[in-house]
Amino acid sequence: MSHHSHEPQVVVLPPNKEKIRHLWKVAGILLLITIFEFIIAFSMPHGTAKTAIFVIMTIVKAGYIVGEFMHLRYEAKVLFWSVLIPTLFIIWMLVAFVYEGMKLSDINFLGY
Amino acid sequence: MSQSTATTVPGRSVWDGGVSPMGVSYGKLMMWFFLLSDAFTFSGLLITYGLIRTSHPAYTLAHDKFVFSQDYWPVPEKVFEAVPFLHGVSLPLVFVGLMTFILIMSSVTMVLAVEAGHRMDRKAVEKWMLWTIIGGITFLSCQAWEWTHFIVGTEAGSTIKEFVNGAWTTRPIHGATLHENQYGPRDFADFFFFITGFHGFHVFSGVLLNFLIFYRTVTGSYERRGSYEMVEKVGLYWHFVDLVWVFVFTFFYLV
Repeated sequence: MSHHSHEPQVVVLPPNKEKIRHLWKVAGILLLITIFEFIIAFSMPHGTAKTAIFVIMTIVKAGYIVGEFMHLRYEAKVLFWSVLIPTLFIIWMLVAFVYEGMKLSDINFLGY
Repeated sequence: MSQSTATTVPGRSVWDGGVSPMGVSYGKLMMWFFLLSDAFTFSGLLITYGLIRTSHPAYTLAHDKFVFSQDYWPVPEKVFEAVPFLHGVSLPLVFVGLMTFILIMSSVTMVLAVEAGHRMDRKAVEKWMLWTIIGGITFLSCQAWEWTHFIVGTEAGSTIKEFVNGAWTTRPIHGATLHENQYGPRDFADFFFFITGFHGFHVFSGVLLNFLIFYRTVTGSYERRGSYEMVEKVGLYWHFVDLVWVFVFTFFYLV
């Protein structure tokens, strides 16, 4: 849709049924994952396994939102990687900060 | 939508100008990079939350014996268990789950508005944009209620232990301020206000932008322009707000 010509007559196309069905399917998946997270939240003991499941579910949801709703999956590969690769820094930041936090925790306990 | 990978003159790079190597308009590309930078901002907030949380002692005793204390980080589902009109009923995370549902649904209506825009269907764009705005306002209203509940606190409250005039004393505390709160360490409430507040501000801005797009659609600006690309750009922002909420939901409320 990048034509810049001036059209006095607007041509309205019929709804793209297949695409709309696909979008609702994605919405359904997102809701199912959220419901699944709820079930996990109240049926599993707290621990690393539970946290890991939540993190994986969150990344799956993020993938569907960015890939399908934001259409990134269908964009040019250059754009796709230009957006995705910088997020590696976020992963590093996460690892570094949580590690730092655990060390701080040790120091605090020693101080008591 | 435009997947037109323009062919170039042999021997010349696509980066030499005249074509869009990334296959999107300037505005859309800049929206992507703005959102990337915004993702870093939110990551900074959420990761710092992780840092501060892991540097506080965690609650390790039996889950059903949990009480609020300044000595350890609270279990989130024990803090967020209130639902409007159901006073005194413990429904952990139900209200925040509902908020998640509302935001995901408003993301769906937004993407349907974008789809309608591709077809130049003004009536459908108007309809779906209106639903998106309603979804956004509903989410903000829910958040207003949640903040009020968090600030006012519960009747039971908790006790704060402090060293005054050379002696340890205790006093009851209800609700939360930036200075102290009934739920746990000061930082817990501070992060609640900053993270959900910063996200809520994004939702608020998104609702304003959505309204602007709705207004411009109704007045026929995009129809005259021959393209509803503005709906896509603001749509990207709106989906990003939903995306951030997915992370806030997991790392602030679930974990």
